[in-house]
Amino acid sequence: MSLMDMTIAAALDALAAKKVSAVELAEAHVAAVEALNPRLNAFITTTPELALEQARAADDARAKGEAPALAGIPIAMKDLFCTEGVRTTAGSRILEPFVPPYESTVSARLKAAGAVMLGKANLDEFAMGSSNITSGYGPVENPWQRADGAKLAPGGSSGGSAAAVAARMAMGATGTDTGGSIRQPAAFSGIAGIKPTYGRCSRFGIIAFASSLDQAGPMARTVEDCAILLREMSGFDPKDSTSAERAVPDFRAACGRGVKGLRIGIPAEYRVEGMPREIETLWQDGIDWLRRGGAEIVDVSLPHTKYGLPVYYIVAPAEASSNLARYDGVRFGARIEGKDLIDLYERTRAAGFGDEVKRRIMIGTYVLSAGYYDAYYLKAQKVRALILRDFQEVFAKVDALLTPTAPSAAFALGEKMDDPVTMYLNDVFTVPASLAGVPGMSVPAGLDAGGLPLGLQVLGRHFDEETVFAVSSVLERAAGFAHRPGVIAGGAA
Amino acid sequence: MSYVIEGTTGAWELVIGLEVHAQVISRSKLFSGAATAFGAAPNSQVSFVDAGFPGMLPVINRECVAQAVRTGLGLAAHINLVSRFDRKNYFYADLPQGYQISQYEHPIVGAGAIEIELESGETRTIGITRLHLEQDAGKSMHDQHPSKSLIDLNRSGVALMEIVSEPDMRSPEEAGAYLRKLRTILRYLGTCDGNMDEGSMRADVNVSVRKHGEPFRTRCEIKNVNSIRFVMQAIEAEAKRQIEIWEAGGTVDQETRLFEPARGVTRSMRSKEDAHDYRYFPEPDLLPLVLEEAWVESLKATLPELPDAKRARLMRDFGLSRYEASIFVMEQVTADFFETVVAGRDAKLVANWMLGDFFAHLNRTGTSIETSPVTAARLGELLDLITDKTINGKIAKEVLELMFDTGDAAGAIVEARGLKQVTDTGAIDEAIDRVVAANADKLAEYKAGKDKLFGFFVGQVMKAMQGKGNPALVNEALKRKIGEPASS
Amino acid sequence: MSLDHATVSRIAKLARIRLDEAEVTRMQGELNAILGYVEQLAEVDVEGVAPLSGGAQMALRMREDEVTDGNYPDRVLANAPERIGDFFAVPKVVE
Repeated sequence: MSLMDMTIAAALDALAAKKVSAVELAEAHVAAVEALNPRLNAFITTTPELALEQARAADDARAKGEAPALAGIPIAMKDLFCTEGVRTTAGSRILEPFVPPYESTVSARLKAAGAVMLGKANLDEFAMGSSNITSGYGPVENPWQRADGAKLAPGGSSGGSAAAVAARMAMGATGTDTGGSIRQPAAFSGIAGIKPTYGRCSRFGIIAFASSLDQAGPMARTVEDCAILLREMSGFDPKDSTSAERAVPDFRAACGRGVKGLRIGIPAEYRVEGMPREIETLWQDGIDWLRRGGAEIVDVSLPHTKYGLPVYYIVAPAEASSNLARYDGVRFGARIEGKDLIDLYERTRAAGFGDEVKRRIMIGTYVLSAGYYDAYYLKAQKVRALILRDFQEVFAKVDALLTPTAPSAAFALGEKMDDPVTMYLNDVFTVPASLAGVPGMSVPAGLDAGGLPLGLQVLGRHFDEETVFAVSSVLERAAGFAHRPGVIAGGAA
Repeated sequence: MSYVIEGTTGAWELVIGLEVHAQVISRSKLFSGAATAFGAAPNSQVSFVDAGFPGMLPVINRECVAQAVRTGLGLAAHINLVSRFDRKNYFYADLPQGYQISQYEHPIVGAGAIEIELESGETRTIGITRLHLEQDAGKSMHDQHPSKSLIDLNRSGVALMEIVSEPDMRSPEEAGAYLRKLRTILRYLGTCDGNMDEGSMRADVNVSVRKHGEPFRTRCEIKNVNSIRFVMQAIEAEAKRQIEIWEAGGTVDQETRLFEPARGVTRSMRSKEDAHDYRYFPEPDLLPLVLEEAWVESLKATLPELPDAKRARLMRDFGLSRYEASIFVMEQVTADFFETVVAGRDAKLVANWMLGDFFAHLNRTGTSIETSPVTAARLGELLDLITDKTINGKIAKEVLELMFDTGDAAGAIVEARGLKQVTDTGAIDEAIDRVVAANADKLAEYKAGKDKLFGFFVGQVMKAMQGKGNPALVNEALKRKIGEPASS
Repeated sequence: MSLDHATVSRIAKLARIRLDEAEVTRMQGELNAILGYVEQLAEVDVEGVAPLSGGAQMALRMREDEVTDGNYPDRVLANAPERIGDFFAVPKVVE
């Protein structure tokens, strides 16, 4: 196996056995980033010198027998995590000059665990999007290719993270998921990704999109690698009032549990009209794999599923409209001068925000405004309560749910761009879990007729990521997904 | 007689409600670990949370919550065991997040009341609508630079209690009495220092006017008035402005205004011209604030005795008048001082000396009870010298002045300056003889029936003895020596 | 409910985003499409349902009252687009 194809689990073994050094891994990945990033645009900022410095430190620590859990593992950091001294943009021009004087808790944990940061991964602006085309730093190209040669979107918002991992530029990456922003790009890029339970990973230092939904999680090429990363990313943080005060389980161990005796629910409402045949088939394959693994399959209903998207497109923009008020050109970020303060605000925000961000701020401002709050925001919160109740009732009967991750494979850059609502439909299967706060994982499980990867989604109970990992591992093994994208480090470009 | 303003169309009644922003006494801010002390270097007491940096999150300070609960208990108000924080969204240069974290729908404290006392001796109960916790904004300085406003975020994020009254006040005096009483209660509780000069207590004043018996008319809000005197002036100025408008056939627009003390008028606030739409919604970075009943009870158990209760006790236990007791309880330190001095002493004597010479000297020297060189123990020592007749009252006045000016104790002053009362009858007799000899004419008048001259002789004898004669002994000896005047 | 041009302008003002007339018109169409889509919530019966505002189902944790942060004005001001002395600076505001 080439260095670039190595999983994190294998690399940790090789590092421990001194078959490879962290510096060698870092150099190979830095070279891959240099070679592929001009094309894929997976990174907004690359940090090759920092990566090599961290790799040397990891080797030194290992030489002293003090290597922490991820010593020497090269990763991409979504550019939504504030990194001290390294520019952090959230994919927005309004933060183009912003160099955080602090570190996010998740990136600090990864740093402390010895991970090597290759750079800051591209994303939809402020994580608002399902395609990565809303980035202020240009779209990311999906390393997977379609027969017609059209450049594909990697999904979003963690599109840069997904592309970097799929193209072997990084062994793993951080993502954030507000309505599907880890799971959907993982599915589009043929990798694994988990959005843990809301509260599992600290939100401190992650640039906020929608506070009640945002949750960090790992993306990697295998379920086990995600488990390894998540363990280091998770944990109670007193700096985040919504962080859960819970012990972090050994997720990696849970990957080997199997599904024997588990009850797996198949929600009827996820069988939506117009879903491509291959996705239906893949879903059925997944059901068969789990049944064969000893799970009991149960048909269940989550009756309010179809209202997930409309709830999401009220709640998330409402919170975002408030969270993004701080980008006003006064204390940090870009500023466009104006004749007075209001003029300065309006020009700064008009120039600094892209169209999708403006749209969502406008929608959010409207649904919170006097006279409309009850009809939109309050109503959405009540329906959100019903969506949570759906999950609670179902999880009284089953241990996990199996669904497709997205209603389609990756689409081309430029497709679905004409109308925001069509784009929003991408999140139809991922949004309900975000609203309920339950964990969800996407596992690469097959290809569509065009040779593009498709993912299956496993949802679990609050704080029961272990079952999600157990189920996902069984799917992964049964699917035997060994396909590689067309654009890949060391491969044909 | 209730307060009215006479207009050309008759008498107008005032309707006043106050929203007081009281800065919570705490070491660190409501949602960040930055310090709260007043007067620090610009932007030094600012965390990234207070400056609204990307990815920063609020974490609530338990002490600030406790302070709000204590205040609620001190206002005899309902404590809501479940409350919630909301975001109030608006753009302003000194509001770094673009929203203020406040409590809109579910405040931590509900309805309560304050009893106020008026000049006339009449008391009134003013309803408290609610109290909620919120964060303060930073400070914009508009006069430091020709074309720029400068922003200091030191105050950004400091905990405030917004205490909202019912529109129960009817005169500037009542508003003043309400603010003074609220300030006293907050200071007793130790939840706000009540220092209006430093901005730790500010009032927004809602004023409307009406004819007697009418429902409420449109009110205006006068923002951020920073002294009790200005509050009273602003109310009067605003009421007169509204009366003029109504009487000229106009209508008062509901708006936010500013009081200009120099001109004694209120004016419309330009920056608030936009009709505000604050888009309140539940703060998603925080969870509902749920208080344990037992915790609230434990806070209740440690509340100090509050001014109303203390006043009643001082009246009962020491026989003080309501007026005397009211003055002592205005500040807890004053009441403590009184109670320290009065222990084992005559209450009337202590009260008279404190309310008279002692307060006068505090004023004269610009000191306060806390900074005065004359501590309770030292004042007590002075009073003891009076009681045991070591010095007389007149000398005591001089001694107290010297105590303030030199910082020395009463005993030392009396000793060093030989001010001990003279009880030696020989010395007294000798002084009387001298005085009588020098005033033969006056003695004759006295003898002839001008009995008022007895006081003259007492004064002269005391003077001859540098004021140190024991007044009782001097009287006695004098009577013995010059006898009774002839009855007229 | 459908947004007219004036409402879109008002919302843009409230959100402090400058939009020209053409942008307002385009935004009006897009926002109405989104609002049209979320309109379907009207059909959900939420009688007696308490609104769910957060992702976490727990009560608020409180921190102790200690000074643990601040005292780094240079770091706070390091990213400022405009700074005068140790202050942030903006065009003069008239109150």
